[in-house]
Amino acid sequence: MKNHLTLKQLQNGLQNKDYSSVELTNYYIDQINKYNNSVNAFITVDYEKSLAQAKLADEQLKLNKSSDLTGIPIAQKDIFCADGWRTTCGSKMLDNFISPYDSKVVELFNQSGAINLGKTNMDEFAMGSSNETSFYGNVKNPWNLDCVPGGSSGGSAAAVSSGMAPAATATDTGGSIRQPASLCGLTGLKPTYGLVSRYGMIAFASSLDQAGPIAKTSEDCAMMLNVMAGHDHRDSTSIKRDKLNYLDNLNDSIKGKTIGIPKEFFNSDLDEDVKKVLDRVIDEYKLLGVNFKEISLENSHLSIPVYYVIAPAEASSNLSRYDGVRYGYRASDYQDIENMYLKTREEGFGDEVKRRILVGTYVLSAGYYDAYYLKAQKIRRLIATDFKKSFSECDLILAPSSPSTAFKIGEKKEDPVSMYMQDMYTISTNLAGLPAISAPAGFINNMPIGFQLIGNYFSESTILNFVHEYQKQTGWHQEYPEVR
Amino acid sequence: MNWDIVIGIETHVQLTTNTKIFSGASTAFGKPPNENACLVSLAYPGTLPVLNREVVKKAIRFGLAVDAQIAKKSIFARKNYFYPDLPKGYQISQFELPIVNHGFLNINIKNQEKKIRILRAHLEEDAGKSVHGIHDNATGIDLNRAGTPLLEIVTEPDMSSAEEAIEYARKLHNLVQWIGICDGNMQEGSFRCDVNVSVKPKGSEKLGTRREIKNLNSFRYMQQAIDYEVNWQIEQLEDGNEIIQSTVLFNPDNGETRAMRSKEEANDYRYFPDPDLLPLEVTEKDISEISESLGELPVDAISKLKNNFSLNDSDADLIASDKATYDYYLNLIGYDLDPKITANWVLGYLFAKMKEMELNIHQIPISSDQFSLLIKRIMDKTISNNAAKKIFDLLWEDSNKNVDQLIEELGLTQVSDSSSIVPMIEEVLANNQQMIDQYRSGKDKAFNALVGQVMKISKGKANPGQVSDLLKEKLKEF
Repeated sequence: MKNHLTLKQLQNGLQNKDYSSVELTNYYIDQINKYNNSVNAFITVDYEKSLAQAKLADEQLKLNKSSDLTGIPIAQKDIFCADGWRTTCGSKMLDNFISPYDSKVVELFNQSGAINLGKTNMDEFAMGSSNETSFYGNVKNPWNLDCVPGGSSGGSAAAVSSGMAPAATATDTGGSIRQPASLCGLTGLKPTYGLVSRYGMIAFASSLDQAGPIAKTSEDCAMMLNVMAGHDHRDSTSIKRDKLNYLDNLNDSIKGKTIGIPKEFFNSDLDEDVKKVLDRVIDEYKLLGVNFKEISLENSHLSIPVYYVIAPAEASSNLSRYDGVRYGYRASDYQDIENMYLKTREEGFGDEVKRRILVGTYVLSAGYYDAYYLKAQKIRRLIATDFKKSFSECDLILAPSSPSTAFKIGEKKEDPVSMYMQDMYTISTNLAGLPAISAPAGFINNMPIGFQLIGNYFSESTILNFVHEYQKQTGWHQEYPEVR
Repeated sequence: MNWDIVIGIETHVQLTTNTKIFSGASTAFGKPPNENACLVSLAYPGTLPVLNREVVKKAIRFGLAVDAQIAKKSIFARKNYFYPDLPKGYQISQFELPIVNHGFLNINIKNQEKKIRILRAHLEEDAGKSVHGIHDNATGIDLNRAGTPLLEIVTEPDMSSAEEAIEYARKLHNLVQWIGICDGNMQEGSFRCDVNVSVKPKGSEKLGTRREIKNLNSFRYMQQAIDYEVNWQIEQLEDGNEIIQSTVLFNPDNGETRAMRSKEEANDYRYFPDPDLLPLEVTEKDISEISESLGELPVDAISKLKNNFSLNDSDADLIASDKATYDYYLNLIGYDLDPKITANWVLGYLFAKMKEMELNIHQIPISSDQFSLLIKRIMDKTISNNAAKKIFDLLWEDSNKNVDQLIEELGLTQVSDSSSIVPMIEEVLANNQQMIDQYRSGKDKAFNALVGQVMKISKGKANPGQVSDLLKEKLKEF
């Protein structure tokens, strides 16, 4: 079998009976056996379960009862609860947690006939931009094993980039889909907040968390989103809308459309090399007949501070349930209930998680709430208003995905603020709840880097269309690393 | 020094819904531990709350029943604290924007109406329960109750005595059952009060420091707890001590209140809007639909009883003290009965019997047909009140018996014709000169004794009213 086939190619292969789902699943199992030791993209695999699903999928395929993803193996970020699967969220706290139920996302993939290949590594509770906060060790970037894959969905990105999975689910709270996609040379879509159900997706910051796909192409992202998107009555923030087929508009002409260039992102702080890459992206789009217009997102410089008030505040509360009482890790030696809480949480959580719980607790405390949390919420509205104004002037907004290519493992670990800056171009869309994609734009010193397109609410079709048109005439998304 | 007592009450009313406020788990009481604990109740990773709209309807019902404003938009917040029976580490509760604001409930104290203002009522979820003493060295956690819907009703500090507080609590207890939002079962914790008590020098404008007595689930405890607390606070102040704001627990065994350890209450709850739930929106249409279905309220019932049936204040209050009694009474009146006689019978002999037998009004073995017939036979003077009690008891024993048959069988027909009664009176007067003298010297008791003698001779069948009238006349002649 050829390496690095897209979902579309795999769908055709299965339909044409070039191979069965069991054969295909075995192929990916071989790839995992070959590469996971060096890349560390998977936390949990269960080949028996995967192959059982594949057998069922083969029956469906025989009966022609299949949908687009039937029989195709997909990796699941270990933030999604899957019935009978260990679901750790990258934390010691949930090291022994076997989920008794399926998240909506996993349920939808199961219904579509996709195969769960395994659970991918991630920053602990999705807090991190390098996958170094995982209890299960850092994931390595398949393009250079000394480098980080980005985070928090680093395991999903590395699994796809190294060819251990054709696509993977991921989540994005401040850039956790787009930044690893950028650093691993992949296409990753963060949908509009509320488009994909959060039911069964372990919460980090509830008002920002959103699930989406990491895949090789825009078309594959559309196939993934076709499965993932949709209203779910079990998530009160899930939005009721007619279901779209995101493949329908992929080939629409984008001639005469307008992309906005926010001057605040394209200023002197932008890395020279990254700017050169983005200039090439602009040139490609111009060839496709797209117009460019300078716009302003004047409050975007406040995104990081606002995010690092709101996300930790929500996280501090969301993570309170990990108390050792009902499931998960419990310290073995304690005197009383308070001591059990203390030891369980001290031993069960890593440093970055503790740091954010402390910050979040602080900003919600009596006397600080107004100055931090409330003020942050107000600025959040201003940031959303900036976007709203901009979309009256353009169809999509171009931005960097990450400030640089993948950095060395350990390089930023001791400097949380410089780590937080990794998300400087992605965070504002989470605060506004907008959809955005990162797609491969080229290489800097042999390491991939992406560009970001941000759209208005529910403009996923437009975003995927723009990237698909770009990918029809560029080859960056077809470059794959030799894992050594 | 004289003191004013200031009391405000927060009541946790458990709303009667089949399922919990944020999940589909059952709210049934008395199940084995954790049988009603679904994944949401257990706060499993990834689970999310979904609001049960029934709960909202019940909160609106309450708001309308106390003439309150219903908020078009209210917010669920998270109240963060660690406790083993609080599975998420936070309680979802309305904080800054509750669904019900600014209503009132009138109470009657010594025949005076007093308005108790209701500041707010907000929706929240109940916690689970820690179970001690089952496991060695460990506490059991039962999450059946976790997520049960509560409406917390908060008054202004408008009550100035334990009596007023109890009266308010009783009125509220009646109301929430009346409008069908709570089963009122206080033993099971469906209705529990936190009572804030402070005292201040008589007439002083400045409120004293309050202490909050937590979790009182009986009116008797409430009375005892307030009495004890008020005395304690006055004693402290008179001894020159200061009251420290605190939460206290009432111990029914010794009737005392005791402050919780400061550690038990030193909490910064870090409230913030729950990002898992959208703001709760209520439309004008929702409100008007519920308003139409609300029906008669206790306050309407009381004025109907007074105006249409000429009952006095206290009878009207008692009949309308719960909906079942009121409905029962109205049903009886529907048989064309005298409202006053009927009220006397329901509140008197029937209630006494129910209390004796520990039955509620739905469990009375006598049919309304027979009970109403019995009252009719009193009204038409066929039988005396005492004879009616005998028949009532027999009907209670055997519901197949019939009133008229029993009167016949037992020969209880009342003698009401004077030609039969007068000879009996004459006989009594002839034999009781001493009593007659006593009567003449102004002793009323002697008159009653004479009536008694006549009744005895009639074997209880003479109409006592008539005996009394005829006797009075005869005594003038004698």
